Amino acid sequence: MGQQVLNGIFVGSIYALFAVGYTLVFGVLDILNLAHQAVFMLAAFVALVLVENAHLPLVLALPAAVIAGGLIGLVLERLAFRPLRGRSDSNISGLISSLAVATILEAIALQFFGPDISRFPPGTFPDRMIQIGAASASLLQLCIIGISVLLMALLSFVMARTRLGRQLRAVAESPRAARILGIDVDRTIAVAFFLSSALGAAAGVLFGLAFNSISPDVGRGVELKGLAVIILGGMGSVPGAVVAGFALGLIEVFTVEHIGSSFRDVVSFAVLFLVLVARPRGLFGRAAAREA
Amino acid sequence: MRYTSRWSLSLVVLLAAMGWKAKGAPPADAAGGGGTAAAGAGKAVIGAALSLTGPAASYGSQQRAGIQAALADLGSSAPLEVRIEDDASTKEQGITVFQKFINRDKVSAILGPTLSNTASAADPLAQQAQVPVMGVSNTAATGITDIGKYIWRDSLTEAQVIPGAFKKAQEKLQFKTASVLYGNDDVFTKAGYDVMKKALADLSVKVLVTQTFAKPDRDYHAQLTSLTSAKPDVLVVSALADNAAAIVAQARQLGWTGPILGGNGFNSPAFIKNAGAAAEGVMVGTSWNSLSTSAANQKFLAAMKKVGVNPDQFSAQAYTGVLIYAEAIRLAGGKTGREDIEAGLAKVKDFETPLGKFSFTPGRDAQHEPSVQQVKDGKFQIVP
Repeated sequence: MGQQVLNGIFVGSIYALFAVGYTLVFGVLDILNLAHQAVFMLAAFVALVLVENAHLPLVLALPAAVIAGGLIGLVLERLAFRPLRGRSDSNISGLISSLAVATILEAIALQFFGPDISRFPPGTFPDRMIQIGAASASLLQLCIIGISVLLMALLSFVMARTRLGRQLRAVAESPRAARILGIDVDRTIAVAFFLSSALGAAAGVLFGLAFNSISPDVGRGVELKGLAVIILGGMGSVPGAVVAGFALGLIEVFTVEHIGSSFRDVVSFAVLFLVLVARPRGLFGRAAAREA
Repeated sequence: MRYTSRWSLSLVVLLAAMGWKAKGAPPADAAGGGGTAAAGAGKAVIGAALSLTGPAASYGSQQRAGIQAALADLGSSAPLEVRIEDDASTKEQGITVFQKFINRDKVSAILGPTLSNTASAADPLAQQAQVPVMGVSNTAATGITDIGKYIWRDSLTEAQVIPGAFKKAQEKLQFKTASVLYGNDDVFTKAGYDVMKKALADLSVKVLVTQTFAKPDRDYHAQLTSLTSAKPDVLVVSALADNAAAIVAQARQLGWTGPILGGNGFNSPAFIKNAGAAAEGVMVGTSWNSLSTSAANQKFLAAMKKVGVNPDQFSAQAYTGVLIYAEAIRLAGGKTGREDIEAGLAKVKDFETPLGKFSFTPGRDAQHEPSVQQVKDGKFQIVP
């Protein structure tokens, strides 16, 4: 029981971290960035190369990969989203162009790293087990939960308390009004992409470390989970994504424990469906009444 | 935040659609035209459909090495040449490759495909076109050679290997209870599970918990916690090598120190390499005895050394597959038409191969002695 709660929190923390970045861009732009999973995957590979080939310690490789992920996000925004901005159908065309970028990034990874599963060299992270009551967790798992929670808390603080956060929220509310108020909308959107992709990158590196199997298609499974999480949490809501991420992790684990692993996704998506029927805007989503 | 509810509902549809996409495969060019078999003398062209990319890539590269070793051994007098295509470990691409072999390349016979899952979808095309197919790694007990009389294999089925392997393991380990984990989205791992279940029942072993996973999964903590908390004597796993390595590593991480019995999917150096120290003690049935001192096996080992790849069961079976085709052509009097090879295969009996004395059963399945091996000091070692 204790072990399963821990398992759920562990996988949930990665879902949440991935989904927070997803929902950030959606909140600001109303666009789903389907390349988010590719950034997730690529960052894991960047960290792998830094550790394996450049022999950097993980404490340096992790932030480096996170920054690299953020930079990929900036490029992504410049190439796939900005040219389409202002068009009447930019929601759908942005979705499609992000899908294209995801395909390109996957193909690049396939070219460089091959289709096989790549792994961090043994000893990348100290292999220590810690006993918590009846449950046992590796030091790595606890660090991953810690880093995820820290990053999400940091983002929540930035969104709620800083000038940047206010700008992001203003652009999310109405880009036109934000521009009238003197906010550099293009720059704010670029920042949103940087933050979003950096968080996705962090999730990717942590996922790669946690399960030690990285392949060019590793992001796809997480992408579906991430989409489910942001819908469940309420599109665009950062706290919603956090809560829904942990909830999905725990739902999955307890389905496996009590109903059987064959029903894991059935139960997850059934919960998603029921939440949407009862509360179409998701757990933390705001009412859709305030159309601009 | 403005389009919240509308977006949410359309996204559920999108999610469902992408679920399909994730399972799909990149479409390749479709082969056109009808076909007649390449007939008469000259070299037979054998099309080999191998999983060089995708989840089964670690087997496919071993098979390619085995084929190269066999061609090197046959030398310039070989009655055949082999054309290799990638089936990407998927049914869809497997079908495309088969269509290309049958209609465009007009091959005399086909070797492969790597996965039983792919074979169950692609082999019917060859059966219909009356092109002989030899599986060299299809181990699902049913749904392969029973497709029709043109489908053969030199790989022992799970049903032939697992009962013997489990019996031997029980003699050594004296287990009475087991927990079972298997992949339920793959013909091969599911068929392996069915055989394991029966083998355990036959040995009067009580199964405490059964759990499943899917091929794209990376996290097995929840399943493993549920399986090991029942405190079984052994953990039994039916999985492909990539999943198997992660499962074993995570089981050890969760504190499972007991023995692990694997299915055929564990039979790969990639499994040991990726699982590392966690692989120690894992027991697996195998259809290739690496320690065999037979002349055919020694010749195979030498050939693999020249190719520069560590031999395993998959390279041995692929190597044997090429030799059997060469033998079938010899028995057909050197003729290389599709029907000639089909007739030649039926005559293969007590043929000396690295797998042992090889014959086909009346159902066109392989017939030879299986063995059991265990991981010790980072290597598979045959359990005497």
